[in-house]
Amino acid sequence: MNFYAVKAIYKFEMARTFRTLLQSVVSPVISTSLYFVVFGAAIGSRIEEVGGISYGAFLVPGLIMLSLLTQSISNASFGIYFPRFTGTIYEVLSAPVAMPEIVLGYVGAAATKSTMLGLIILATASLFVPLEVRHPLLMLFFLILTAVSFSLFGFIIGIWADNFEKLQLIPMLVVMPLVFLGGSFYSIDMLPPTWQTVTLFNPVLYLVSGFRYSFYEISDVSLAVSIGMIVVFLTICLSVVWWIFKTGWRLKS
Amino acid sequence: MESIVSIDNITKQYAGGFQALKGVSLDIRKGEILALLGPNGAGKTTLISIICGIVNPSSGSVTVNGFDIIRDFRRTRSMIGLVPQELTTDAFETVWSTVTFSRGLYGKPPNPAYIEKVLKDLSLWDKKDSMMMMLSGGMKRRVLIAKALSHEPTVLFLDEPTAGVDVELRKDMWRLVDQLRDSGVTIILTTHYIEEAEEIADRIGVISQGELILVEEKAELMAKLGKRQLTLDLDRPIDALPTSLQAHALELTSDGKQIIYTYNSRENSTITALLEDLRYAQITVHDLHTRETSLEEIFVELVHGR
Repeated sequence: MNFYAVKAIYKFEMARTFRTLLQSVVSPVISTSLYFVVFGAAIGSRIEEVGGISYGAFLVPGLIMLSLLTQSISNASFGIYFPRFTGTIYEVLSAPVAMPEIVLGYVGAAATKSTMLGLIILATASLFVPLEVRHPLLMLFFLILTAVSFSLFGFIIGIWADNFEKLQLIPMLVVMPLVFLGGSFYSIDMLPPTWQTVTLFNPVLYLVSGFRYSFYEISDVSLAVSIGMIVVFLTICLSVVWWIFKTGWRLKS
Repeated sequence: MESIVSIDNITKQYAGGFQALKGVSLDIRKGEILALLGPNGAGKTTLISIICGIVNPSSGSVTVNGFDIIRDFRRTRSMIGLVPQELTTDAFETVWSTVTFSRGLYGKPPNPAYIEKVLKDLSLWDKKDSMMMMLSGGMKRRVLIAKALSHEPTVLFLDEPTAGVDVELRKDMWRLVDQLRDSGVTIILTTHYIEEAEEIADRIGVISQGELILVEEKAELMAKLGKRQLTLDLDRPIDALPTSLQAHALELTSDGKQIIYTYNSRENSTITALLEDLRYAQITVHDLHTRETSLEEIFVELVHGR
C-alpha cells in the first residue's frame, strides 16, 4: 500500500476545497438557507405537517441529500477530470500507485468534503427548524455511504467526460431531476397513485427515505430496502471503476 | 557495462491503427546519458511513455533494474523520474506544494531538506511560495524537473526538456544533468537540439518511423559517419580527373571547376600528398576550404536516407 501517495492525493484535493471555500462550502450553505426560506417559511407555512413532522423539519434530510449527491458528484468528477484536462494526470499514471490507492485518494477526499458539507447544512438547518436525529449513527452511516457511492459515481463521470459540458451533463440532466422527483421535498403519499409507482423506480427515493428515517423514523420505503439499494449502487460503481483501471479506458492509450 | 533499462521488442499500435513503435529493442546502461533523436512523430515519446507506465505496449517487454514494468510496476516506477514534453502544471498550486505532492505520490516520506536542496539547485528557492500560474515558461520547466527529481530517481527521462527555454536556462539545465550523471543517475533525453546531444550525450539513438535505426557511442558515431570535406577551387575547369590522382577519394563537380576530397575526420588525411599530386598533374588551385559533417547532417542522412 502506497500510503504516502493516498495521503498526497487526499491532501491535494482537500487543499483545493479550502482554496475555493466560497465555491465549495459557503455557496451550498447559502443555497440551502434559501431553500429553507422559500420552501420552509413561505410555502411550508401553508402545508400541514407531513407524517407528524413540521414541513420545515421534514425538508432537512431531503435538502442534505440534495447537496450531498450533487456535491459528491461535482467534487469527485472535477477532481479527476481537471488533471486529465490540464495533462497533469501523467504524474499519477506514472507513479507507483495502484488503482485502489488512486480511488481512495480522490474519492476519499470528495466524500470527506461532501460529508462535511452535509454536516454543515445540518447545523445550518438547526438555525431554522427544531431538529431531532433519533438514530445519529444510522444518519452518519447513510451520510457517509451516500457520499462515498456518489463520489465514486462522480469519479466515473470525471473519467468519462472529455469536455466541461459532459462534466455537467449527468449532474444537471439526470441527478438533479432524480433528486427533485425522489421525495426530497415531499412524501410520496402526497402523489397520485400512478406517480407513486413511477417514483419507486427512482433510486434517490430510497436514499432520501432511509436518511429521513434516521431523523424521524418515518420513511416511504423500508429501511432494509433503502440500505440494499445504496449497497447495490455502490457495488455497481466499484465494478465500473475496477473495469476502468483494468482497461485504462480514457486514461491510458 | 551493466544495463538499467532493457527494452525488448516493444511494439505499439494505437486504437486508430497507427503503428507508433515497430519492435524496438534497446539496453540503456547504468549511469549513462542517452540521447534519443528522431523527427516529430518518430515514436520517442511513445517509447518513454511506455517505460513510465503512461501508455500500454501492444507487445514486448521492458525491465528496469531487472524488474518488469507491468508486474513490478511499484519498484520500476519508484526508480523513474519523468519530465514531460508539455508544460503541464497545476496552475493554482505553489511550487513547494506541487513538488512535495510529487514526492508523496511516489511513495516517499516527507523530506523538506531534500526538497529545499532540489529547489535551490534549480534556482527555484525564491519562488517556492509562488503559484504555478505566476511563473514563466522557463520556470515552469524547472518545476517539472524538480517534481521529477523529488523522489530521488535513479533513471531520469527528459522529454524535450529545452524546448522553448532560453539559452541561460538551457545551460543551467545541462549543468544539472551533468551533476546528476556524476551522482549516478541514468539520463535518457530526447531533444531537437542536436548540437546539445552532441555536447552532452554518451550514446545516441536514432528513432525514425517507429524503428530504432541505430544506437552508437557518440564518439564512434561521429567517427564512423562524421566526415570532412576539402573543396578545391580550380584555376581552370578540367574535363576529367587525371589517372595520377586515382589513389585519392576525389570527386569532380559537373562543371569541372571544383575537386572535392572526402576523408574521415578521425583518421590522418593525405592532404599533403594530394596537393603534391595536384602540382605534378599541373592542376592549379586558387582557393580551398574544409567543412565537417555535423551530427545534424548525420541524423538527416540517417532518417531521410532510408
